[in-house]
Amino acid sequence: MTIDERYDVAVVGAGAAGLAAASECARAGVATLLLDEQPSPGGQIYRSITTTPLADRRVLGSDYWYGEALVREFERAGAAYAPRSTVWAVTPEGGGFEAGVSSDGAARLVAVKRVILATGALERPFPIPGWTLPGVMMAGAAQILLKSSGLLPRGRIVLAGSGPLLYLLAAQLVRTDTRIERLLDTTPPARWRVAARHAFAFAVSPYLAKGLGLLREARRAARIVEHVEHLEALGDRRLSRVRYMAKGRSEEIIADLLLLHQGVVPNINLASAIGCAQRWDASQLAFIPVVDEWGASSVPGVSIAGDGAGIAGARAAEARGRLAGLHAACALGRLDPAERDRRARTSRSELARQARGRAFIDTLYRPAEPLRLPQGDTIVCRCEEITARQILDTVKLGCIGPNQMKSFLRCGMGPCQGRFCGLTVTELIAKARGVPPAEVGYYRLRFPVKPVTLGEIAALPQTEASVQAVARLAKSED
Amino acid sequence: MSGFVATADAIVVGGGLHGCSAALHLARAGVRAIVLEKNYVGRHASGVNAGGVRTLSRHEAEVPLALAALDMWYAIGELVDDDCGFESNGQVRIAEDERDAAALKAREARMRGLGYAHERWIDAAELLARVPAIAPHCLGGLLAERDGAADPYRTTAAFRRKAEALGQRIHEGVRVERVQRVGNAWSVATDQGAFGARALVNCAGAWADRICAALGEPVPLEPIAPMMMVTLRLPPFLQPVVLGAARPLSFKQTGAGTVLIGGGRRARVDRDAETTKLDFRELAASARTVCDLFPIMRSAVVNRAWAGIEARMPDDIPVISRSSTTRDAYHAFGFSAHGFELGPIVGRIVAELVTTGGTPLPIAPFAIERFGPR
Repeated sequence: MTIDERYDVAVVGAGAAGLAAASECARAGVATLLLDEQPSPGGQIYRSITTTPLADRRVLGSDYWYGEALVREFERAGAAYAPRSTVWAVTPEGGGFEAGVSSDGAARLVAVKRVILATGALERPFPIPGWTLPGVMMAGAAQILLKSSGLLPRGRIVLAGSGPLLYLLAAQLVRTDTRIERLLDTTPPARWRVAARHAFAFAVSPYLAKGLGLLREARRAARIVEHVEHLEALGDRRLSRVRYMAKGRSEEIIADLLLLHQGVVPNINLASAIGCAQRWDASQLAFIPVVDEWGASSVPGVSIAGDGAGIAGARAAEARGRLAGLHAACALGRLDPAERDRRARTSRSELARQARGRAFIDTLYRPAEPLRLPQGDTIVCRCEEITARQILDTVKLGCIGPNQMKSFLRCGMGPCQGRFCGLTVTELIAKARGVPPAEVGYYRLRFPVKPVTLGEIAALPQTEASVQAVARLAKSED
Repeated sequence: MSGFVATADAIVVGGGLHGCSAALHLARAGVRAIVLEKNYVGRHASGVNAGGVRTLSRHEAEVPLALAALDMWYAIGELVDDDCGFESNGQVRIAEDERDAAALKAREARMRGLGYAHERWIDAAELLARVPAIAPHCLGGLLAERDGAADPYRTTAAFRRKAEALGQRIHEGVRVERVQRVGNAWSVATDQGAFGARALVNCAGAWADRICAALGEPVPLEPIAPMMMVTLRLPPFLQPVVLGAARPLSFKQTGAGTVLIGGGRRARVDRDAETTKLDFRELAASARTVCDLFPIMRSAVVNRAWAGIEARMPDDIPVISRSSTTRDAYHAFGFSAHGFELGPIVGRIVAELVTTGGTPLPIAPFAIERFGPR
């Protein structure tokens, strides 16, 4: 597909929020480009929804197949769609922005007036001893393999962690008759008491029936161990056993595959590199971009929608995507504010509905500190193989934050650009210094936010200025 | 002196490499100093530059300082108790065509005429032996064999730590607002209170012109933000640091295997917001130069690009001198994107100026007076 040189709006990410935002923009007459890394739309929650080999719809469930309607709506709306396209930079240019995009191995710059970031969420790091052994994966990755390729895990499978995605995956595996050895639930017992404060809201929210249903399914086929503390993956050159503590007793089981999950957090790399202000959210234990009720960030012209603006699930992401799209269309003069507000009403009430009960889930599934903050030789930065001990020793030497940590240890300088280690490093430093994570801050992120080859950058168009610069330099050598 | 947060013999404004080096050498000369740094040590140019330890291709006025500094680099461990990641595999400036070659040979002749032997023309065969991955069209280069590279943040932090170990105090997160003479001494007002000292040293980098203006000796300093890129690790293929001739380029492979690409193309800079905005079309030109000279780099993956905030003077050489208007004030700034290698020697020069009023090294070309009569 050819990407034109300019559009009114670029939407980054074709998940629930991105599809909805692009649809609203395009329907309002805005020249819209939806960019996405994957070969087909759906983001993560609706991953591979137009191409999944899983013909039996009961496996992935009705919440997943809801996404088909979003894709159809987008296809009819009239926006341009660029799959297999990675946005690695967004810089201000001429009153608007220039997006650096790699598409099919070639880099180019696309001029736009406004940007909507819908880059979604990442799984929170789960740094337990042995988490880098072959045979240990994140549960979300296993779910992607299921959705995109219909692949099922084999052998003695252990799921461990907490959060809705873990139970969803367990239910989906059960529906495919995949045997799960054990589901190790790390939700601490005291957490239920704390969460009970929000129980009424949860009870009248859409989550209760869904959640209970998933639990019932999972229990039918997997042995669930509750209140698990201390997880360890053991093995010589690959995973062979999982050790855990429950009810004060240590257990060890043979395992071929360990699937870890303790929640998702916003993927803030692109927003942060653009300069959008972030704040530390103590209940979600993550950095969240600061946005208003339309998703507008602290950078004029840049909006953030979906889980990338705070974890709230697929339906809330769709609602926020619509709001961001309507806001952009209004800002570009295609909708008057009254019409924008009218079209926004359904999304606002859906957002309110989804928000009810969210506090309960966030509180209940808040990952336990020992599983967030590793010790000793447990690896924190996987790219550079930096351990918790090395990080704490560096704090003792006077390193006060993650950016200095980069210079001392190369921590955060690898290809994941902090996605696997950032939150762990911030919290470790905060705990060691005795200050809140908000004061420690996060890695200062820079473009390109996804690695891009030198050859691709070299293919970008040349400026007149750089031609002059070469001529000047040649002259000065005389 | 009353009403001061702290006092010392000297206040150094700016906690970059030159400020920390000044503090270290002042300590060795028995002068107590306070360093006032508005962010954290090494936050700007000092911590994020290409790390080139380079005598090659220097402006003539800088050559004696650079050669003296290089000797200090070879003993850097003794100076700051840290090897700073310094490795010496030489630096070579590439000739891509006959015009480049003629210019570089003329440069070699000029240096020899002035009594310097540190730069040597090498032909295509020797270039290929030293830099096997270079593109075959290159005709040779100008080599400085003793040059190398070090880790800029680690170096700056090491100078800081050693200065502190010798008794100097570094205050981070302290922003200087005003400097003024009070009687026979300096009062430096900051956002955390006032500091007092007999001597004032201006190592304020891209913000140094403001102190000059306050002293009645304004200078035409231009804040610039030279851009850098770093790749993911590659198997070792390059030992010397490579510089372009006609096309701006600085290119090195670190011990970790990552490749650092610089060369001076500029980002947009806002020195008050302390932000830089990368220009990808300019980076594309750097990328093209690299790919032309090293074809294997086409598939190298760029992981990060950034730009540090630096100060440039119109003649591309720094200001290193006593103040032309006010007693007990000294300047060391404006290193125009090539100050890193000079760090160790400039601190020593500053200490000599403060304690004796002069220095054996030829610093007349760096006098602040060159920017206008007072």
